[in-house]
Amino acid sequence: MTALFSRRALLSGGAALATATLLPLPALAVTEAQARGMVDALVAEVNAVIASGKSEQAMYNDFATIFDRYADVPTIAMYSLGNAGRAATPAQRQQFVGVFRTYIARKYGSRFREFVGGQIAVENARTINNYVEVQTTAYLRGEDPFRVDFHVSDQSGRNAFFNIIIEGVNMLLSERTEMAALLDRHGGNVDALIASLR
Amino acid sequence: MPTFLESLSPVIQSTFRQRIGALLLLAGAVAGCTAPSPGAEFNDPYEATNRQVHAFNKGLDTAVLRPLGQVVAAAPRGTYQPVVNFSDNLSLPGMVVNGVLQGDIDGAATNSMRFIVNSTIGMFGIHDWASDFGLHEQKTDFGETLAVWGVPEGAYLELPLIGPSTERDAVGEVVDILLDPLDYFGAPDVTTTSRAARAGEIVVERGMFSRTVDSVLYDSADSYAQTRLLYLQNRRFELGEEAGPGQVDPYAVDPYGSTDPYAIDPYQELSE
Repeated sequence: MTALFSRRALLSGGAALATATLLPLPALAVTEAQARGMVDALVAEVNAVIASGKSEQAMYNDFATIFDRYADVPTIAMYSLGNAGRAATPAQRQQFVGVFRTYIARKYGSRFREFVGGQIAVENARTINNYVEVQTTAYLRGEDPFRVDFHVSDQSGRNAFFNIIIEGVNMLLSERTEMAALLDRHGGNVDALIASLR
Repeated sequence: MPTFLESLSPVIQSTFRQRIGALLLLAGAVAGCTAPSPGAEFNDPYEATNRQVHAFNKGLDTAVLRPLGQVVAAAPRGTYQPVVNFSDNLSLPGMVVNGVLQGDIDGAATNSMRFIVNSTIGMFGIHDWASDFGLHEQKTDFGETLAVWGVPEGAYLELPLIGPSTERDAVGEVVDILLDPLDYFGAPDVTTTSRAARAGEIVVERGMFSRTVDSVLYDSADSYAQTRLLYLQNRRFELGEEAGPGQVDPYAVDPYGSTDPYAIDPYQELSE
């Protein structure tokens, strides 16, 4: 990872900074360099867990913790809940975010195990509206390299990712589809949805 | 990706003239691609039928493909890679033709070089030496050729045995079978072997990606909706069609009505 995040990356990061000082841009809170640095730190933590040689179950727990720490879970949760979230009471929202936190960290954290024996190279970062898209390439054993993008924002008060896009497939949309289907199954009852995620 | 239909295609015996006739019929079918209804999240007017086909495909996966894939997944990593390599190599001539039809000469040249390298020193494609030389497969198909030619995506379809598709991709699948260069230039044995290898590749890849496929088919609340979402997003990404047609500004779109990943700003939506 660190080997790949090398001179070329630093140079292009420098170029981005130079451009930022020259062009009049809207007030941006998270910079491309910060977003890139955040994804680098995330990847380094995942790699450290993989290198630790722990049991697979211990790794899952660590991955879930890492996911939770770097993701803006309340925003992902409320987006996934969609329209039903607008009608929910503050108490219901709080409970939903709570159960969703465990659900999402387990679900996506467990996927980090696929990086065992592989690596993620941070390729590029670009600003889209008021967030930064960090483009990475995942090199996994026995598979063709594929693209993974992290969308990073600081609108939660800290730098955190709110979406992961793997070869075009978008976590926010997948989870909104999943929550809508679960809600349907429970007749649109948010409390029943919360209970089912526990 | 090869499909069951391709592996079954020896039953499609026809002369060259009949093939051209079929092509013309298909061209008519493509021209009649279903237009999306405005405001709908997906262009899926055949959802009721598609869901029935999905249930059939899922049953088939549970009964046949998944158990076979588990055999592959249980074997040491890479055991069945030669099957995939061999099958991929035989699909290259078709990809070269599509590359040329799209005007993608670089892609066609890379695939040609791959085919030559792997068919010779790669022992009839069993070893993938070309990738070691940086000659990675430039994956393409006739569905992509149609997209390059400006044919719209059409309605979402779930096809029996093949799985998720669109009207445009369904036509592409059939054309790829009818126009496989191997049928014209290869010995009959080569074609038969190619079909068998592709059936094998489907099983091996089901095993390699078992966790991903299982999570979509068996761990989601609505596997039909997840399959549709996953297929359409991934296919548009492959074809460089990230923003859906007709979207003037891809960054200023109602997130409820859009599947454009770049249009989603949950902060904006949640603060409304």
